[in-house]
Amino acid sequence: MYGLGIIRGLGVTLKHFLATYVDDLRWFFQRIAGGGGRYYNPEALKARQGAKARGIFTVQYPEEKLPVPEEFRFIPFLIYDTDAAGVQHDRCTSCGICAKVCPPQCIWIVRSNDPATGRPIPEPTEFFIDIDICMNCGLCAEYCPFDAIKMDHNYELASFERMSHHIFNKERLSQPASYYASIRPRNNAAEEAARAAKEAAKEAAKEARAESA
Amino acid sequence: MTEAPVTTAAPSPESLMPGVAVPDTRAGYSGVVVPADRLLDFARALRDQHGYDYLSSVTGVDYFPENNLEVVYHAYRTSGGPGLVFKTQLPREDPVAPSLFPIYPGVEFQEREAWDLLGIRFSGHPDLRRILMWEGFAGHPLRKDWREAYFEEENKPFKNRWPEGNVYRIEDKVPFEDNLVYPPDFDPESWTPETDAALYAGLAKVENPGGNGHAMDTDTLVVNLGPQHPSTHGVFRVVLSLDGETIVDLKPVMGYLHRNHEKIGERNTFLMNMPFTDRLDYFCSMGNNFGYALAVEKLMNIKPPERAEYIRVIMAELTRIVNHLATIGFLLNDLGAFFTPIIYAFGERELILDVFEAVSGSRMMCNYFRFGGLARDLPPGVLDTIRDLVTERLPRRIDEIDAYLTNNEIVRTRSIGVGVLTRDRAIALSAAGPVLRASGVAYDVRRAEPYGIYDRFDFDVVTRTGGDIYDRYLVRLDEMRQSLRILQQAVRDIPEGPIQTGKAQYQVRVPAGESYGRVENPKGELGFYIISTGKPNPWRYHVRAPSFINLTALGEMCRGYKVADVVATLGSIDIVLGEVDR
Repeated sequence: MYGLGIIRGLGVTLKHFLATYVDDLRWFFQRIAGGGGRYYNPEALKARQGAKARGIFTVQYPEEKLPVPEEFRFIPFLIYDTDAAGVQHDRCTSCGICAKVCPPQCIWIVRSNDPATGRPIPEPTEFFIDIDICMNCGLCAEYCPFDAIKMDHNYELASFERMSHHIFNKERLSQPASYYASIRPRNNAAEEAARAAKEAAKEAAKEARAESA
Repeated sequence: MTEAPVTTAAPSPESLMPGVAVPDTRAGYSGVVVPADRLLDFARALRDQHGYDYLSSVTGVDYFPENNLEVVYHAYRTSGGPGLVFKTQLPREDPVAPSLFPIYPGVEFQEREAWDLLGIRFSGHPDLRRILMWEGFAGHPLRKDWREAYFEEENKPFKNRWPEGNVYRIEDKVPFEDNLVYPPDFDPESWTPETDAALYAGLAKVENPGGNGHAMDTDTLVVNLGPQHPSTHGVFRVVLSLDGETIVDLKPVMGYLHRNHEKIGERNTFLMNMPFTDRLDYFCSMGNNFGYALAVEKLMNIKPPERAEYIRVIMAELTRIVNHLATIGFLLNDLGAFFTPIIYAFGERELILDVFEAVSGSRMMCNYFRFGGLARDLPPGVLDTIRDLVTERLPRRIDEIDAYLTNNEIVRTRSIGVGVLTRDRAIALSAAGPVLRASGVAYDVRRAEPYGIYDRFDFDVVTRTGGDIYDRYLVRLDEMRQSLRILQQAVRDIPEGPIQTGKAQYQVRVPAGESYGRVENPKGELGFYIISTGKPNPWRYHVRAPSFINLTALGEMCRGYKVADVVATLGSIDIVLGEVDR
């Protein structure tokens, strides 16, 4: 029969339409029972966006936000460690690998010398990233040998003025190591373990040298 | 569905045309060099005697220090097997090569591109105009001595980023409205824009106006579709000449999104190009990464470890499903099924993009492949998500789309027998991917010249014989099912192990030479032609863009049909302007 294909196809649309309400009802009863509803509920959001989801996918942004995976990358930031005395130390040593690997060349690093000794200071005097140029590729974070520059998770950076607001300086870029640990716990744990192993190897080598001497 | 193509032995370069075709003996190079005046004879012999019926890629290289230009051709057999590279060398001043259009009509746009960007003139080309830049543009940008606005240095990394560290905004140095240099004899006040006279003159007209048998006298009507048109998938323009509603001739006009990807690529280091390839066909960034990684790995002579090979295949096949879902959805948009199919398709695409985001950090600009491996291993749990998707959800959803659309009478009426491309013309016009396979050619790079570990998987090359819009839709639908088959095998067999050969380096050493890496991207054969001189930056970086070259066949597909069919035919070719315009 001519038109049967259309009617069958519309059956698929009807199924999608009904599935949304069936799913709504399920969450509705859960809410009556004291649980969370279909919206504004992290548990429901996960179910709605998962591989077993039924019904519509939509997220009520900005009231609801999709959780970002750990590897998510958006605009780099610099990490500093705080020592026992509360003094901040940049992990960055101004080696320039991030500036050299950056595909759109949006990183500028200013170095300076110690006025007393005339020797170069490892920590950068200034560090600029033009976030209008940054393409969020993550190569700087990937190839930094000191785990000093990492990709952020904060993607809400709209501002009203691009001329002065979109060149981030060192102050704007710096974040404590604890922030990094909070957004990327798995990566951080792996890197800390690697650093600890390296330190231990160094110590062992030192001791071995001291013993042989 | 057909069996694997039978491959016959490729002729050795020496035996092709002794005395005319000289083997290319430069270190790292292959193929033969043919003098320009014998090029047509050589190409004819290649096609008719040796069976190289498919000319995949044409491009040029500017050897600035040696003061010559080279035209590089890559020819293949549609029965499969490795290809043949042949070149012709021309002087840098006024280079003229014979056009291969009479033998391989698929070179039409690629020769125009070589003329536009490198200034190589092709004698005998039917319509040699600029294609990506506009008429009246000064110079040929891919020449090594051509410099762009905002030129900083020949090669990245730039010194003032580090060690100098002088921060500035380029806009402050070169403010808006003061950022261009006019040629000495050019006055913008008295200039009148170049018209499209040459474009309109090249269009075929109604042959016998006023006397063509219609009840009313008709004349040729020229209609511009686009560049701002909701159905051209971006900023893309089509110029039609019409006899009533019937299309007499058609010419696509592109380049509105041109950014000279290849020039940027030649300023970049090898690694820096990886994230830039994401921006070509932004639906399939994993596939683009794959092609580029293969081309550079060929030069470096390294191979990724086993686990990385499996992950690459998984990502490439997921990309194919993403792309074909989106294409089917957009095709239905073009046919008038406004947004319901595309939203269903995008729902599934979201789930796959979640996987991409979890492994690479970005949904679309993945930048996941590295030379000799991958950026990182799969995070915990992702493989289970992929397994759920490819064994349960996606097969069900693809069947649902099948039930939803395939037998719909409106879809069938609009697409069966419309936009037909015959088998012979599809090969001649260098069409690739689903467009070629819907015309009955079982040519798939994954089978014809397997790369990565595709030779291990059991899958069929999907073909149809009608060559119309409906068959292209069916080919895509079935290819998704074949991709699922590959994925199911890959997630079953994937081993544990490292994901990078050697140490990950930010400055790779690439030996001098040429290489052409090609993959079967969802839109067709994506190739990267790379020349290294042993320095950190590629000397030549060329992209064989499948959706750009597939557009060569658009005129052929549309002639004789109605205006409304142009939109549907364009949707069935599946173009992405990021890749067409580069």
